[in-house]
Amino acid sequence: MTAVTLESRLGTAWKKPPLISNPALRWGLFIGAAVYLVLAVSSIDVNWARVAEGLSRGWAFITSFFNPDFVSRGTDIRDGILESVIITVASTVVGILISIPIGLGAARNIAPLPVYLVCRAIVALSRALNEIIVAILLVAIFGFGPLAGFLTLSFATIGFLAKLLAEDIEEMDKVQAEAIRATGSTWLQWINYGVQPQVMPRLIGLSMYRLDINFRESAVLGLVGAGGIGATLNTAFDRYEFDTAAAILLIIIVTVMALEYLSGVIRAKVQ
Amino acid sequence: MPVSTNANGAKIWQLRNRNQTLARWAAYLAGVAVFMWCWQRISDATTWFFVWDAPRIAADIGGRAWPPRWSYMDKLWGPLWDTLNMATLGTLLALVMAVPVAFLAARNTTPSAVFIRPIALFIIVATRSINSLIWALLLVAVIGPGVFAGLLAIAFRSIGFCAKLLYEAIEEIDHTQVEAITATGASRWQVMAYGIVPQIMPAFAGISVFRWDINIRESTVLGLVGAGGIGLQLQSSLNTLAWPQVTLILIVILAAVVIGEWVSAKVRGAII
Repeated sequence: MTAVTLESRLGTAWKKPPLISNPALRWGLFIGAAVYLVLAVSSIDVNWARVAEGLSRGWAFITSFFNPDFVSRGTDIRDGILESVIITVASTVVGILISIPIGLGAARNIAPLPVYLVCRAIVALSRALNEIIVAILLVAIFGFGPLAGFLTLSFATIGFLAKLLAEDIEEMDKVQAEAIRATGSTWLQWINYGVQPQVMPRLIGLSMYRLDINFRESAVLGLVGAGGIGATLNTAFDRYEFDTAAAILLIIIVTVMALEYLSGVIRAKVQ
Repeated sequence: MPVSTNANGAKIWQLRNRNQTLARWAAYLAGVAVFMWCWQRISDATTWFFVWDAPRIAADIGGRAWPPRWSYMDKLWGPLWDTLNMATLGTLLALVMAVPVAFLAARNTTPSAVFIRPIALFIIVATRSINSLIWALLLVAVIGPGVFAGLLAIAFRSIGFCAKLLYEAIEEIDHTQVEAITATGASRWQVMAYGIVPQIMPAFAGISVFRWDINIRESTVLGLVGAGGIGLQLQSSLNTLAWPQVTLILIVILAAVVIGEWVSAKVRGAII
């Protein structure tokens, strides 16, 4: 048997199937992406001289991570972090308290249509607006200080928690809720014994996650004057005090890690 | 909470016993005390005169801000293009960096669980916990203001997010397929290309589009710290108190965010 007949008997070799099976769509997407990339990259003008000049500063920043300065701006850092923590805690608590009724209202299976539409509109508005933009507007209205930051994060928490809570309620097991209703419970008892136990573990998990997000966000609110560590961080960067900036960033990273670990433990416990 | 009582007034059923109830009350008391202390600190740092004056100020700003100055739109197309580029190129750059980190962090593909995995996990946590505005602040200080700093800020911020979701997807793959490829005598890289990559491809595509959507939102405000895009226009309009321009910019940002979310939802729907 010659090699040619063996080849013809075996057929053609296996080839990896392409990701998008339609060739016209595949090549269209590919060429479109290539054209966009060329246009986009060419429209970014990078001042390479400035970048090269900055590299030594970047290196100084990286090395300052191994030699952070917690002391020389110690009081500023302590006050800023404390204010960030206060804003985080207060806004998370208020945000959760407000998002529970809104979440109940935004769940189609327990709320009448007008309530549902109003609550969904609040959720959509809160989610579409970036925290920083809300903070700018609230600082303009309420003046500088932690109150604007507190209101911003509460508002952002409402959109996040109410949406996820409503989705969780919409997916709940109807049988349990109906069993409570069949006992002749009032509406409040129905929510308390039929709905709440089903969504509580997830709500606690999400609240912990939001606490974590709020702390991270509170670190930047200071940039627009809404209180917290951001103002100190901004000053440190402006003055090229990289060792102080590195100290602040390390505190933020360690706090976020601790919060993530804590939320993992709590979530594992409630689920 | 007692549900009902019998003729003698004794509770028929209750959810918790006495100690559990007391413990809960103590926890609630501590929680309320912490919250009230926080509130007091915020209240002390607030100038309440401004707050009571807020409705008037809000009405005043609202009156100045409407109608939006539509003619300013001509000057917004350029920054809008920059914003889109920061988000898209930043996401691409982030994915290029996130893929190796994810493979190093996943328990089943990491070369060394003791030495390399903790480093990869630290990269993920560190980049994730620093907000993109802080990255932008840092990069503007290091390489100067402009779109390039914003692009890098978006990219660095996204590494942790993409790598975290991707390494979770890698850890959840079906092991039998990997074993089947290994059994054919494939090399380490071939196992990766034919056993692991096809399994995580849908997750990868979903994560990239999801992150791109988030990055559109974030890149709109990076200009506030000098990193280019439409935020730069927002900052200068705010500084000159040109409220009609601010309204227009906010409308444009809102439209960009909604379109980004719509595109991302469509693409994710098509993938999954």
